[in-house]
Amino acid sequence: MPQRDIEIILMRQLASYLIVPIFVVDTEGVMLFYNEPAEALLGRQFDEAGEMPMREWTTIFQPRDENNAPLPPDGLPLVIALRRRVPAQRRIRITGLDGVARHLEIVAFPLQGQGNRMLGAAAMFWEVDSKQ
Amino acid sequence: MNITLWGTRGSLPSAGPDTVRYGGNTSCVEVRSEDGTLVVLDAGTGIRRLNATVEPELKRVYILLTHLHMDHIQGFGFFGPLFRPDLEVHVFGPPSTTHDLRTRLTKYLSPPLFPVRLRDLPARLALHDVPLGGFEVDGLHVDCNLVTHPGPTVGYRLTERGRTLVYIPDHEPALGASHVPRSPQWTSGYDLAVGSDLLIHDSQYTMAEYAERAGWGHSAMQHAAAVAAMAGVKRLVTFHHDPTHSDDLLDNLVEELRGTSRLPFELTPGQEGMAFHLS
Repeated sequence: MPQRDIEIILMRQLASYLIVPIFVVDTEGVMLFYNEPAEALLGRQFDEAGEMPMREWTTIFQPRDENNAPLPPDGLPLVIALRRRVPAQRRIRITGLDGVARHLEIVAFPLQGQGNRMLGAAAMFWEVDSKQ
Repeated sequence: MNITLWGTRGSLPSAGPDTVRYGGNTSCVEVRSEDGTLVVLDAGTGIRRLNATVEPELKRVYILLTHLHMDHIQGFGFFGPLFRPDLEVHVFGPPSTTHDLRTRLTKYLSPPLFPVRLRDLPARLALHDVPLGGFEVDGLHVDCNLVTHPGPTVGYRLTERGRTLVYIPDHEPALGASHVPRSPQWTSGYDLAVGSDLLIHDSQYTMAEYAERAGWGHSAMQHAAAVAAMAGVKRLVTFHHDPTHSDDLLDNLVEELRGTSRLPFELTPGQEGMAFHLS
């Protein structure tokens, strides 16, 4: 199995030290890692969930907009960051795998390395209610 | 492929009675392909001793820099072939995200830090931002990839007729990892090192030193051994020795490593002047 790009390895290492929930995907949108703070919001440990294709993580958490209308994948900040290669920010609602509904603020950004190599994207998120 | 270590010390030249056997010169390795192509890995102070081996009839030299920390470029201006107008010198090294290799290298090779400017060197000098991936230098195939170390830093994998040398002199695969090695996918340097015949790898610290210097970009000898074992290399050469480590201490560290585990590779403590042949 080939080694991941060094920037992705470092992103995972950084995420594992931060208390901000972080979610990392590769260029195909496969979820490679989320850290322990993210586990609390997503409702499942990463070691249990494992890697997850985009079609799964864009639906399994039942993402909705602020009016509770279903949110298609293209409306998710992480998908925007990955596909358009621009930062994206939005508040959304999800239902964690523990069944708990949560209101999140998400900031996503593309991971681009030297030579404009596209490596994937990362999202940082916060639970809105806990901050207000 | 013939390989000679001309500088094995890390961080700072460390000449003195306590470093006679392992050597005090900083990183420089000579690689000769079967057809005589000369590839120089890093331009630390060891490059001065390499001068004597460069034949007058040689027409082209390749210098592959892993990064631009001073201990890897301090000898650059003392490389004799740079003063030969008949010689073509190709230098490869990593750019930063905003500056190319020439701009970065010029910061050192210009007054007041160095009296001779790059543009004034008599040799026909070509500077190349090293491509990540594979490229050819005459008879050798070179693979290059970024590795964990502060600032843009690469490792090199040189292949000739199926035999491989891997050079990762400055590398911290343990950074932020709960244990080393993790898995191949999540271990810096794995793709470069996998299945190689000879791995020259950063082994700067003891484990106790690493605990105090995590994030400085280097490995304990145990980390190098763990990466080598996971990557299935045939021989590990320890390299980039800490400037404070004496010959006796380095002997002890190697024996300690040999004694604590059954190593699945040949362990060779890297000493200045040591030569290897891969065929």
